[in-house]
Amino acid sequence: MTSSLPTPAPSRTAPAPAEPPVLEVDDLAVEFRSRRRTVSAVNGISYSVRAGETLAVVGESGSGKSVGAQAVMGILDVPPARITSGQIRFRGDDLLTMSRKEQRAVRGPGIAMVFQDALSALNPVFTVGHQIGELFRVHRGASRGEAREKAIELMERVGIPAARQRVDAYPHQFSGGMRQRVMIAMAIALDPDILIADEPTTALDVTVQAQIMDLLSELQRETGMGMILITHDLGVVNEVADRVAVMYAGSIVENGTVDEVLAEPLHPYTQGLMASMPSLESHGDRLNPVTGTPPDLSAVPSGCAFHPRCPMARFGRAAAPGKDCARNVPVLREVVPGRTAACHYSEELEHE
Amino acid sequence: MNEPRTETLDEPTRGEGEHRESFSDRVDDRAEELASAAAAGDIEQAGLWRDAWRQLRRNPFFIVGAVLFLVFAVMAVAPQVFTSVDPRDCSLARSGDGPQPGAPFGYDIQGCDYYANVVHGARISLAIGFLAVLGTLVIGVVVGALAGYYGGWIDSLLARVTDIFYGLPLILGAIILLSVLPERGVLEVSLALIAFGWMTAMRLVRSNVIGVKQADYVQAARALGARTGRIITKHILPNAMAPVLVYSTIAVGTIIASEATLTFLGVGLQLPEISWGLQINAAQNRLRDAPHLILFPSFFLSLTVLAFILMGDALRDALDPKLRR
Amino acid sequence: MSDPQPTTTDAPLLELRDLTKHFPLTQGIVFRKTVGQVRAVDGVSMTLNPGETLGLVGESGSGKSTVAKLVMGLERPTAGQILYKGRDITAMSARELRDYRRNVQIIFQDPYSSLNPRMTVGDIVAEAWDVHPNSVARKDRGAQVRELLERVGLRADYANRYPHQFSGGQRQRIGIARALALRPEVIICDEPVSALDVSVQAQVINLLQDLQDEFGLSFLFIAHDLSVVRHLSDRVAVMYLGGVVETGDRDAIYEQAAHPYTQALLSAVPIHEPALRGSRERIMLSGDLPSPADPPSGCRFRTRCWKAQDVCAEEVPELVDRGQGHPSACHFAESRDLVPGSA
Repeated sequence: MTSSLPTPAPSRTAPAPAEPPVLEVDDLAVEFRSRRRTVSAVNGISYSVRAGETLAVVGESGSGKSVGAQAVMGILDVPPARITSGQIRFRGDDLLTMSRKEQRAVRGPGIAMVFQDALSALNPVFTVGHQIGELFRVHRGASRGEAREKAIELMERVGIPAARQRVDAYPHQFSGGMRQRVMIAMAIALDPDILIADEPTTALDVTVQAQIMDLLSELQRETGMGMILITHDLGVVNEVADRVAVMYAGSIVENGTVDEVLAEPLHPYTQGLMASMPSLESHGDRLNPVTGTPPDLSAVPSGCAFHPRCPMARFGRAAAPGKDCARNVPVLREVVPGRTAACHYSEELEHE
Repeated sequence: MNEPRTETLDEPTRGEGEHRESFSDRVDDRAEELASAAAAGDIEQAGLWRDAWRQLRRNPFFIVGAVLFLVFAVMAVAPQVFTSVDPRDCSLARSGDGPQPGAPFGYDIQGCDYYANVVHGARISLAIGFLAVLGTLVIGVVVGALAGYYGGWIDSLLARVTDIFYGLPLILGAIILLSVLPERGVLEVSLALIAFGWMTAMRLVRSNVIGVKQADYVQAARALGARTGRIITKHILPNAMAPVLVYSTIAVGTIIASEATLTFLGVGLQLPEISWGLQINAAQNRLRDAPHLILFPSFFLSLTVLAFILMGDALRDALDPKLRR
Repeated sequence: MSDPQPTTTDAPLLELRDLTKHFPLTQGIVFRKTVGQVRAVDGVSMTLNPGETLGLVGESGSGKSTVAKLVMGLERPTAGQILYKGRDITAMSARELRDYRRNVQIIFQDPYSSLNPRMTVGDIVAEAWDVHPNSVARKDRGAQVRELLERVGLRADYANRYPHQFSGGQRQRIGIARALALRPEVIICDEPVSALDVSVQAQVINLLQDLQDEFGLSFLFIAHDLSVVRHLSDRVAVMYLGGVVETGDRDAIYEQAAHPYTQALLSAVPIHEPALRGSRERIMLSGDLPSPADPPSGCRFRTRCWKAQDVCAEEVPELVDRGQGHPSACHFAESRDLVPGSA
């Protein structure tokens, strides 16, 4: 168990690459099919998470950031969803080639998830203590009494005050922030190696968001679990993540450490996102947002999916050979050591 | 060089005709889950009718229901299309005779051509079905919209009144009402069915109005200074009606069956009207020696009811995005 | 203190005086009895001057959206006044109220529920003229709709389409066009960008700024995103549990926050620039927002405040200048710069 390994406090750089990743997603592609059409929600994304590390997957609506995580978690609705290619390797074993039963045996204790909407993720007719304790009864064969004690212990660990009194309360009796804590308690109950947090604070107020992000970081420090943080908020990414993968129209367009990617983006989309964010420090200056809207996934633009919104896009004769943004799909490539971007003209951003 | 390009991205630049084909296919940017929702066929409320129509056209159950309905509608409007025999041309000599060449359904007790009689019976059934449902709709929409929109004591009062009517079963209430009326024609039977059948429509309208009332576009209209009448008719009702219409479609079928029941029980229509209920009523004594007398009108009645239920079911599926696949 | 606003000489366009809205909590179906009051808005006073943007910040449950509904006349206040050019809207005749509505419009948060799905975009934008028939002649309406759509960055021929054919950002532009149709003086922006993607959000912010300059609009800009509020506002009011806890010029609030709640809010905003990470002092609030049906005695914030003392439970702190140059409602107000990266 990773939790027993001494893990260094999370640093801003990724842990030494010698350590093998706990989770590797390799060339994962997910389609949604209906009678009328097929939508590619995720086209061949790859990322990996090491113990103790936080990878942020950031993107706007329709970028596919949640779909990828749902595939990892095995909670895609199949059909209409279909994983068309790729591997999801947990400790080296590909989950996608396993039987459903084997998958459950690996995911159950190994990978846990925290959702955006705690109210709908918790069952309203059971007490929170019952729901947390159930995990111990099902997976660890704990008795009712043991499960209850474990539930109280976990509730205390995630900072729910008066846990012993509130263990028999129902989800609706908790505030939004406390419900989120309950869900986190359930997620960490079985000491997962990987925690996927899908927009865990989007529905919360900013002061509560800060508390929850703190809690997640603290738990990660204690247990050494790897975390995948799915979010649209670059502020949250910057505050808690080690590495970041930026997604656009179902593909990863940039990948690297948070410091590098946010400070010196190598993809014009990342740059545009940063320029779109008003900051608490600045005032009055006009924002310089990306133009246009994210593409319709059933009609993704040809070539680079971002080209219609890109200020750097080049076409026809203006483009370098094989680098026509409307025709040639840019592949995710190493632009500078340790950093990848999917843009024909990343080098120009680097020299800015 | 970016000029013409920003155009294409600021979408939708597809041609108008093409757009009509594809608009429900768009994935808008509401949320990540739209990728899945859209693929599953989740379509925005809007354009609902056109989407629903496209959906309906492909639903075999709807096609069957619609074809059946059309057949019976033609039968009701122009029975001559189906038979040239006069249903009142009777001869007691052939009373109760079974199906035979020239008389596919045989003859009834009075010796009238039964096929012609059953065909002519469609008119009354459909007339009562539509009349009664129209009536329940009018009352249901008015009462439901008032209760839902104003809330407060108006809602409490109207809801209590509705509950009182709910306490009386449709058939029982209609029997009581009809037994005190001096005459029992199409209008009277419809009236009785309306009087004790409007409550479900009212409850549906009320709950939908309460839901739609909260929508920001209703608040926006109020902020513009729009009057209550305009808000209800332009903003609330058009968005609250879909489930009510589904219900009404199915209700046409059940009302037709109720009419037959009332008539069969002897408190509905009276001779010399021609109706399936009367035919079934008359046939009950001859069940053993002339089973065709109960078979054919019952069959037509069931098919008519089925037509509306099929159409209503299909409509509900088409209007309910969650049920779509 | 930063540059003074150019419009302070004029009388305020909109003034809220001690505005209060309590929602009764009822029980029973036939005989409703009131068992309590939710104090959604409890004695709020603020002013909006011509041409300025007043940012109204608060978390959920602060009552900021109820303020918007009250100002729009969608709810009747329990007490207090809403003065528009000196006249109380709660005392207006129906006719005066119609005139008021021509001048004060609203943009909603949710681009999906704010447009009637059964009306075309053109009808949605033109509805204001149906309601106020003498505002734009019937024959000019088509052209005006097209002009408005173009003004908010949409194509004129979108007028014939239905809302569901558009993305969230485009729908929000349609909502803005509707609000502009009557050429109002004031627009209440109720979280207009919080449902939008970052890139689209920035486009809409820029649009709002342009429209303000072009039409001389005043905005009451309600939001929970402090960065957006700083970007757009001239002055800011911070609400907590139905009351204003601090108000002042934008930079005063952001650089010399005096109320502990404002300070906690500012410190909790995630920073998106790596260079500034960790530069801000973190204040973690403990506990949850108390129920507005049963707010704490004295200072509403005292249950979560690290400065709270006995006096806070006994005495309601007035919203007055306590030596920080702007009013704050805290017995122990003290300026603190939590946003050192600015200036």
